[in-house]
Amino acid sequence: MDVLEKLAILTDAAKYDAACTSSGGNRAAKKGYVGNTSSSVAGCCHTFSADGRCVTLLKVLFTNRCVYDCKYCVNRRSNETRRAAFTPEELADLTIQFYRRNYIEGLFLSSGVFRSPDYTTELMIQSLRLLRERYRFNGYIHAKAIPGTSPELVEQLGFLADRLSVNIELPSEAGLKTLAPDKTKGAILAPMRQIQLRNRQSREELVKYRHAPKFAPAGQSTQLIVGATADSDFHILRLTQGLYDRYRLKRVFYSAYVPVVKHALLPAKDVKPPLLREHRLYQADWLLRFYGFRAEELLDESAPDFDPRLDPKCCWALQHLDYFPIEVNRADYEALLRVPGVGMVSAKRILTARRAGPLHIDQLPKLGVVMKRAQYFLTASGKIADGLRFTPDSLLRRLIAAEAPVLPQPAMEQLSLFDTAG
Amino acid sequence: MTDLVYLYDGSFAGFLCCIFESYAQREIPTGIYPEEDFLPTLFPTRAISTDQNHALRVYKKVTKCSPYAAELLRRGFLTCLPQKEEAMYRLVEKLLREGPLFLRNRSDETLYPVAKAVRHLEGEAHLLKGFTRFSDLGGVLGGEIAPKNRVLPLLARHFSARYLNETFFLYDRTHHEALFYAAGKAVIRPLEDFQMAPPDEAEARYRLLWKRFYDTVAIKERYNPRCRMTNMPKRYWGLMTEFQDADYFMARNSPAALSAPGAPGGIPAPGIPPGSGPTAPGSTL
Repeated sequence: MDVLEKLAILTDAAKYDAACTSSGGNRAAKKGYVGNTSSSVAGCCHTFSADGRCVTLLKVLFTNRCVYDCKYCVNRRSNETRRAAFTPEELADLTIQFYRRNYIEGLFLSSGVFRSPDYTTELMIQSLRLLRERYRFNGYIHAKAIPGTSPELVEQLGFLADRLSVNIELPSEAGLKTLAPDKTKGAILAPMRQIQLRNRQSREELVKYRHAPKFAPAGQSTQLIVGATADSDFHILRLTQGLYDRYRLKRVFYSAYVPVVKHALLPAKDVKPPLLREHRLYQADWLLRFYGFRAEELLDESAPDFDPRLDPKCCWALQHLDYFPIEVNRADYEALLRVPGVGMVSAKRILTARRAGPLHIDQLPKLGVVMKRAQYFLTASGKIADGLRFTPDSLLRRLIAAEAPVLPQPAMEQLSLFDTAG
Repeated sequence: MTDLVYLYDGSFAGFLCCIFESYAQREIPTGIYPEEDFLPTLFPTRAISTDQNHALRVYKKVTKCSPYAAELLRRGFLTCLPQKEEAMYRLVEKLLREGPLFLRNRSDETLYPVAKAVRHLEGEAHLLKGFTRFSDLGGVLGGEIAPKNRVLPLLARHFSARYLNETFFLYDRTHHEALFYAAGKAVIRPLEDFQMAPPDEAEARYRLLWKRFYDTVAIKERYNPRCRMTNMPKRYWGLMTEFQDADYFMARNSPAALSAPGAPGGIPAPGIPPGSGPTAPGSTL
């Protein structure tokens, strides 16, 4: 089988993994080595695929042969699909040549479980070592740690990769039991904890010795599949929050479940992936990481799922009308961040701009505030926008109307002149 | 006061000399234009000669008032803002009259157009860090871009660091200049025209591999062309490997195509949309 065919098979098998970021690295170029990661402090997208997702890394599996039989996965052992495996040389050559042409920021290497987790990880380590040492690749590498791998191998993997990730996939233990019988919660969380502790230790060593080797300097991430099981948004968001708090994850990715296989325990094959739900979860994820929100503020047991019509911040604001309006000339950063339509950039611009003089409402759009949402929630020098009248009831309707054009529309129906109106 | 138009040689120092002249003569020009772009009007014109000392004096004064303003001038000069010289002249004039406080307020009417244009420039440079494509031309890497703003000075540092041990050039079709890098040194020089040579076998092969990867990696059930266009506007597609048609993937020595470039089971990228991207006159895609 030639490389072109292998690439197609192993890309196809890897594409359902949502994680594709190259952020967090900061390694300068070195003489005699290929590349750096310092452009990726904020990440760098090299193209966008037809589904609108950013492509920054060469995302492939080392092999799609797998001994596991996770019901939701295309690569499960019982699925009839073509199998392939790269040789370490092929993979290293592809990475280097793609990188030189500026197609990619680096390599994202995952794999099906070939023979055993340890055996697979050894293969991955072998190819990454070849890439790093013989091909002298100095760019970004994101590697998957497979649950159940022995700690010594995870340790070696961490010194070769910039970022590691262990996929949780199913947000609850019950889901794992039914759909991924070969995985357990304990086996997933163990490497996660190890990576966290090792990363912290490596940072401490770096303070003492300048040339101490770096263990996964860009941290770790994970992925949750949304919509394969009956878990609520509240459950998922609380799990996410726990991962950020306790495991210091850099990112949690959500992947709307795409029905690739038919199974009694899974949604039917014609069910559309819950993309809007995934989008709302990402919005809430940002609120947790950058806006100082807690999961319990956004959702609770009585309302465990997000409103598809409005973003989570608007929903929160509508339930806390007593908190508003915010006066932009006096409110602190944290208070400004709670206003729908104000983000981190515009909040910081407001803080600096008002040191030059009091702000008026018509200046706010130029500072980056999205007025179609923000106008209901803030005042500038004690005034709201001219001619703006609303009640709590009309506010909800107006916000929904403002959001509607960007939401996916229900399929249009052709009206017929001859139908009798029913 | 009579209306007067300043003409300068198109360089940054020349522009700074226009500011110097305006203060030296105690007059406010109605317009400042590079000589070559200027269409004759009824206004009287004056050609301002470039004097490095005058330019340096203006630049030092601005830096002393506010380093941020100096950065706005340097970057603002690279933007595609229409009549950027006047916008920046007003900025300097206000800075010298009022002091730097207004620079904190991005919504200030003098600052806003310049700040917005600079953000556009920086945004475009950031996107092109990813969207630029190089080809291996016998060991030298070559690439082409067609940006709206003059992004080469911003890209120079990025690509020089990334391809530290390579030799490469990057041609800007819109502004007819190119970045050359070899052995640790980067320079930007004007270059009237440039045609990329057809690929050799190895290059054609990697192009094809990349196209296959691109077409395969999209998930069909999530097909969302609008989202792709929002993130990656069509004007960039014209020079990106994955959007080229079959010829691009054919090596110069083999008349037969290697194989169809698209992936059998994937979503083939659309070809180059007609009229996409500002193509420079005299160069064909």
